[in-house]
Amino acid sequence: MLKPVKILTKNYDTPDSHKLQVYQSSGGYEAARKALGMTRDQVVDEVKKANLRGRGGAGFPMGVKWGFMPKDGDKPSYLVINADEGEPGTFKDRTLMERDPHRIIEGCIIGCYGVGAHTAYIYVRHELHLSKERLWGAIHEARAQGFLGPKPFGVDYPVDVFVHTGAGAYICGEETALLESLEGSRGEPRLRPPFPAQRGAFGCPTTVNNLESIASCPTILEMGGEQFSKLSSLHKFGDGGCRLYGVSGHVNKPGVYEACIGVTLRELIYDLGGGMPEGTNLLGVIPGGSSCPIIRPDDIVDAPDPKSILHEWHGKPQLDVPIGVDTMRNLGTMAGTTCAIVLSDRACPVLAMHNLARFYRHESCGQCTPCREGTGWMLRILDKIVQGKGSIEELDMLHEIASNIMGNTICAFGEGASMPMLGFLRKFRKEIEDYIRTGGSSSTGRLAL
Amino acid sequence: MGSTMSFALNPEREREMEDIFSRYPNKQAACIPLLHLCQEQQRWVNDDVIAFVAEKCDVPTAHVKGVVTFYSLFNQAPVGEHEIWVCQTLSCALRGADKLLHHCEKRLGIHHGETTKDGKITLRVAECLAACGQAPMIMVDKTYHENLSLERVDEILDALMDK
Repeated sequence: MLKPVKILTKNYDTPDSHKLQVYQSSGGYEAARKALGMTRDQVVDEVKKANLRGRGGAGFPMGVKWGFMPKDGDKPSYLVINADEGEPGTFKDRTLMERDPHRIIEGCIIGCYGVGAHTAYIYVRHELHLSKERLWGAIHEARAQGFLGPKPFGVDYPVDVFVHTGAGAYICGEETALLESLEGSRGEPRLRPPFPAQRGAFGCPTTVNNLESIASCPTILEMGGEQFSKLSSLHKFGDGGCRLYGVSGHVNKPGVYEACIGVTLRELIYDLGGGMPEGTNLLGVIPGGSSCPIIRPDDIVDAPDPKSILHEWHGKPQLDVPIGVDTMRNLGTMAGTTCAIVLSDRACPVLAMHNLARFYRHESCGQCTPCREGTGWMLRILDKIVQGKGSIEELDMLHEIASNIMGNTICAFGEGASMPMLGFLRKFRKEIEDYIRTGGSSSTGRLAL
Repeated sequence: MGSTMSFALNPEREREMEDIFSRYPNKQAACIPLLHLCQEQQRWVNDDVIAFVAEKCDVPTAHVKGVVTFYSLFNQAPVGEHEIWVCQTLSCALRGADKLLHHCEKRLGIHHGETTKDGKITLRVAECLAACGQAPMIMVDKTYHENLSLERVDEILDALMDK
């Protein structure tokens, strides 16, 4: 069900929306003031009731994550915000940083209080120069007003926020790689346990939240957690609120749109995204960033079991299922960042697969053998196929390599690299085999329109 | 031993360095921001920069070298006055990134990964720059140029070459 809203994006179209004055004139910083007047437990409780599933892709409930943080101890705690946006197809967090940075700073104040931290680091990928500039600008304005510093809103709870930058490595979006990078090292993911809440940044308890998740906190405090959750038509599945949706690739109106959770892929493509370019048909859609297995328009929901959360959509096209963390997982894909990549029938699925294989090969950190060697091997096979020198047997090999990466690496990058490969193999086996048999002459030979 | 180092920051960046150190509980955490600061000054990271950062952050040079070789934005060789990054990942590729890259290569007379003879422009390919909804796009130094047509790319290149 498509219910567009303007909550996170309410200031987007106001001139100078990045300035404190604009943010305050629409009620900005009142939620942080309110939070600091509550107890820490009350704040965490509101966030738990909000059923906010992490917006960075993993979909872990934010309130539960906050609840893992220790209540006492001799070490300081940290809040770290993940704004290393780089999952192909994902471009939503950047809009918040550029157009409403104070919302993020306010979210950091609430977040610090909720997890018991006095310092927040916002980890922004280095390429996003305007985002960094806007965040620093907001930090300086908030400090000058006393919203950040020793006594925010007169409460004796010091909070400070800093921007930290990466240097061009997708893997640093993985939370433990991000912490390594924050500490000045190579972005190689850490073994868990210990989890960041036990031992995160600088050996201290740390919560890592996605930027959009933290930017939702002022709204959660303002509306109340339960009301926020009920915005979503998937509230009953513990998937609450509104969120940013992105759509890119072959649609008429690519961009970032805000709506209550419950939007289907069909609505994202045809309503928000303005539909397919004239003369083209939908080939497939990658629901939430490149790691999510692709869905075809003729894929049907198969959930005869009344206990399945997908049962109410049994027999309907998968495109008509609301995009949620658990609904998409049960379809065998993921909601991820809810930023979809749309492929029309002008695009060749083999070339799309090859493009993604190149990306994952480039970004593997090289720490774990299955991923380091596997991503290279998968790319070499796809190189051969694209050049018309591949064989059908090698498709089974591709399948085997991808399956052997899954579950055998320190972090989820291995899965992220394998799942799209397995998805394309499952959904486009016939097209890929035709490509191999005809040496590529069955293909459109292109990705662009 | 530091007095023999041949790299030094200019006074303004020296002040910025102090500000960077004040943000973290230890010196090592300043390693990446400091490398950016040095690279801004001389466009690439040579052994002198590595030695400088290692001493300031109180870590072995091997650590800094490890960092420099891990992250793709640190230039390990001199680059042109301007850097053009052309995003190649799927959303951009679906909207013509390939054609855009070839156009840039033809106009500049170089392949990606190379620098023009006059040392003005280095052309590179990038993996996803988080501008998928505004594809195809390029980044020129610190600026994103989005929703590009080949005509618009020509204007951008002309302006760079005339500078």
